[in-house]
Amino acid sequence: MRHVVLGTAVGRAEGPEKVTGAARYAGDHAPAGCAHAWPVAATVPRGRVTAVDAAAALALPGVLAVLTPHNAPRLGPSDDPTLQVLQDAGVPHRGWYVALAVAETPEAARAAASAVVVTYEAAGHDVGFRADHPGAYTPEEANGGHPAHREHGDPDAALAAAAVRVDCSYAVAPLHNHPMEPHAATALWDEAGGHLTVYDSSQGSGPVRAALASLFGLPEDRVTVVSEHVGGGFGCKGTPRPHVVLAVMAARHTGRPVTLALPRRHLPAVVGHRAPTLHRVRLGARSDGTLTALTHEVTTHTSRVREFVEQAAVPGRVMYAVPDSRTTHRVVALDVPTPSWMRAPGEAPGMYALESAMDELADALGIDPVELRVRNEPATEPDSGRPFSSRHLVECLREGADRFGWASLRTPRREGTVLCGTGVAAATYPVLISPSTARAHALADGRFHVEVNATDIGTGARTVLAQVAADALGVPLDAVTVAVGHTGLPSASLAGGSSGTGSWGWAVHDACAALTARMAGRHGPLPGGGLSASADTAGSAGQKSPYSRHAFGAHFADVRVDTVTGEVRVARLLGVFAAGRILNPVTARSQFVGAMVMGVGMALTEHSSVDPVHGDFAESDLASYHVPVHADVPDIEAHWIDEHDKHLNPMGSKGIGEIGIVGTAAAIGNAFRHATGRRLRSLPLTPDRVLDVLA
Amino acid sequence: MKPFAYVRAAGLDEAVAAHARHPGARYLGGGTNLVDLMKLGVESPTALVDISRLPLDGVEELPSGGLRIGAMTRNSDVAAHPAVRARHPVLSQALLAGASGQLRNMATTGGNLLQRTRCSYFQDVSKPCNKREPGTGCGARDGLHRDHAVLGQSERCIATHPSDMAVALAALDADIELYGGDGARTVPAAEFHRLPGDRPEQDTVLRAGEIVTAIVLPAPGRGAVSLYRKARDRASYAFALASVAAVLELDAGRVRRVTLAFGGLAHRPWRATAAETLLVGAEPTPDALRRAVEAELAPARPLRDNGYKVALAANLAVDVLGALAARADGRPRIP
Repeated sequence: MRHVVLGTAVGRAEGPEKVTGAARYAGDHAPAGCAHAWPVAATVPRGRVTAVDAAAALALPGVLAVLTPHNAPRLGPSDDPTLQVLQDAGVPHRGWYVALAVAETPEAARAAASAVVVTYEAAGHDVGFRADHPGAYTPEEANGGHPAHREHGDPDAALAAAAVRVDCSYAVAPLHNHPMEPHAATALWDEAGGHLTVYDSSQGSGPVRAALASLFGLPEDRVTVVSEHVGGGFGCKGTPRPHVVLAVMAARHTGRPVTLALPRRHLPAVVGHRAPTLHRVRLGARSDGTLTALTHEVTTHTSRVREFVEQAAVPGRVMYAVPDSRTTHRVVALDVPTPSWMRAPGEAPGMYALESAMDELADALGIDPVELRVRNEPATEPDSGRPFSSRHLVECLREGADRFGWASLRTPRREGTVLCGTGVAAATYPVLISPSTARAHALADGRFHVEVNATDIGTGARTVLAQVAADALGVPLDAVTVAVGHTGLPSASLAGGSSGTGSWGWAVHDACAALTARMAGRHGPLPGGGLSASADTAGSAGQKSPYSRHAFGAHFADVRVDTVTGEVRVARLLGVFAAGRILNPVTARSQFVGAMVMGVGMALTEHSSVDPVHGDFAESDLASYHVPVHADVPDIEAHWIDEHDKHLNPMGSKGIGEIGIVGTAAAIGNAFRHATGRRLRSLPLTPDRVLDVLA
Repeated sequence: MKPFAYVRAAGLDEAVAAHARHPGARYLGGGTNLVDLMKLGVESPTALVDISRLPLDGVEELPSGGLRIGAMTRNSDVAAHPAVRARHPVLSQALLAGASGQLRNMATTGGNLLQRTRCSYFQDVSKPCNKREPGTGCGARDGLHRDHAVLGQSERCIATHPSDMAVALAALDADIELYGGDGARTVPAAEFHRLPGDRPEQDTVLRAGEIVTAIVLPAPGRGAVSLYRKARDRASYAFALASVAAVLELDAGRVRRVTLAFGGLAHRPWRATAAETLLVGAEPTPDALRRAVEAELAPARPLRDNGYKVALAANLAVDVLGALAARADGRPRIP
């Protein structure tokens, strides 16, 4: 009998553990004799540390040590210079760590950290980001390995010749990931100091192990990193972060296990942010709506520590059939914290700008915005010319319009002092895949156990991998257990770029298929130790596909604008996605809906403000950094179309963790324009800006 | 950690005496703001005198038709009290517009009045703030001040008072009952909080060691209707960008009595006496309302990034007074 488990709605395997508090997160691990660390953040926007006086801190009860740039262990090399903490006196931005207090309790560590007296030589700083900053330059690459600059034909001539043109500038504010669980790590060396074990809140224990091995001069097999449960990441736990380096340093320095749980207020400066982006988008079209020219010019900031370029012009290389185009990035290095990955890096801000501009073009042409997008559907990927492995954007737009009642909602309405309008935007996100390994065991008792160093950051990965395994083995789901989140398991890629399920699932599928084949060739009971099979997808998943592979989607928003207060609220949000085969409707829906909620935040409430005088982000807690609360979250619907794509992986799935945020902000912004007749080109749409544009 | 004494007071006099015994002591109510400030290092009390168990809890109906609300009554209980909801809906609405359900369940009435500003410079001990550390300067003036004051601010301080409840109390002509070493006294709610002047460290007229014991609401006026409205960056759990509390009584289509207070604009709830004076005896037409409100806001001196608050406050006040006028008139309320 064939058990159908893939594609069925299954709740999270670890749900009971999480609900009862049995699940152990990185900071929950308390090895015997565990001490606690608290970092000291720089209080000047730029400069250097001239002295650290730890005497008062060390005199406090329970204080074990204060690490400073003078006495901290020297580190080996790392790809990421933000991990080179306490190595020199430089302060590249406010909030950079300049010392670390270690004590018997978290309270004592915090008190010690605040008693450390740091003296600085302050230097002039520049945190003023603007498009015409003289320091802006075109980098070689944007994030994700994308070329910074691409050009086809003669976009300037095509624009000049176009029957209809739009030329618009958009701004997206800095944003922070702020997962529910702040970054934390517990580090312990074995008695001989030869083996390091670290519990870390990370999206990938493998990269953490590699970084720690290099930084502390150890072979990787003497480092174990465990990330069994992670309370959200959204990209800011995608690479190793300074907290884990500091925890290991403190453990080496004191000879004690050490837990370091970052306070929420430190997160804005040390674990990355989505850099602000300024966009200029120009579109040229014939009067029937056919695009003839597209330019998307992005300017963003990075820190002086590391170049990170939000790849926000990249979606223009994928979305629409345009013969003449230019997509390009410029970046300016400022004395700001280092930006990094945040859910749908590139696509989220880039599609806000591109899809807002498409709406402006639809207005200028007098063509329905759904129709305008349909008319510009490309036959092959515009930038590369490669065929799409599957592309059902038009189907998403059509089905979304149908479900939303788009045609009947195209007249803006007024309800008293409230203006109501609707908007649409498209979404795209690439299919990313990385080689991984996995091992499957048939146990003597008839059950199966699958091992893969995947990371479940709350997405339901553990659950879906069990479904993949049960499907490949042809057994019921409850016959399968899955172990993830430990570097002792077969190595696998990190949870990022919506690549996890496809990458890990491929290896799990192959291991289970190999095990099934081995078992099929056997007769009689299994040996006492059971049977095992392994898989490595380096040869399959690692190959470059001849296809352009992307998920697509369409977002529809129904928005209310209060003309008295300038408050914008979303009444209804609907998304339709074409993302290959949906492997678990329960966990998939929570990814789509969760990302759409994050998109509501990007559109309406979330922003981080750089203090021009002090150089830091002012919003440092969840009272001032406004993620949407329940009252902001409307009726949200997520749907998907049946998409069969043979060019992906054995499951036929595309990543679904990020695409839900991609078109949300543009759909809301376009609905604002529909409701009010005014266009607001800066996010978020807060009352101050709204009142200004309505005045 | 920083050690402090903890004293659980059995009575008011004992609490006042314990406070006097520990220079640098703080009274502890629900702790929703004080404990946060202790974690931030903004407050480092030598002792916490816990008054949350004093018999200052509950809403008492007075023979005059007024209400006395004990200072330890939780915000959620005040908001839900039938007499408050029936007689002073503006107070219930203001409380429910503040914080979150969890915080309202903990926060006390007295503590709500005494909460400190949420100015980010006040809360960050690594930055200058005259309110937290007199003489260090105001970081917000040249820094980020989108949320800051446009009325009554001083060179020293541009912070706003964060309470929604206090705005309603100012409009309700409530009295604050206090008790301290010199005995009991009463202060009008609208005069309880101060403007910053050159002493921004002093939020209120409370004397050292004094305890807020109760809030007394007068009986509602004949035909009085009231309303609270708040504009904010997200739909819940956000402080007011601006807010308005108003109580209106009409007589033959003209204003017999009106009280109007703004939140989010100043270092204290801003009682709009100039607007009130202009409106008494007038017909509450949209033009008359706007003229009065604009006269009140004319002295506003916004900074680089908070000019929107003036227009926002005017919009709110005209809208709220218009809605109240329609209701007080017996006409159906425009939704």
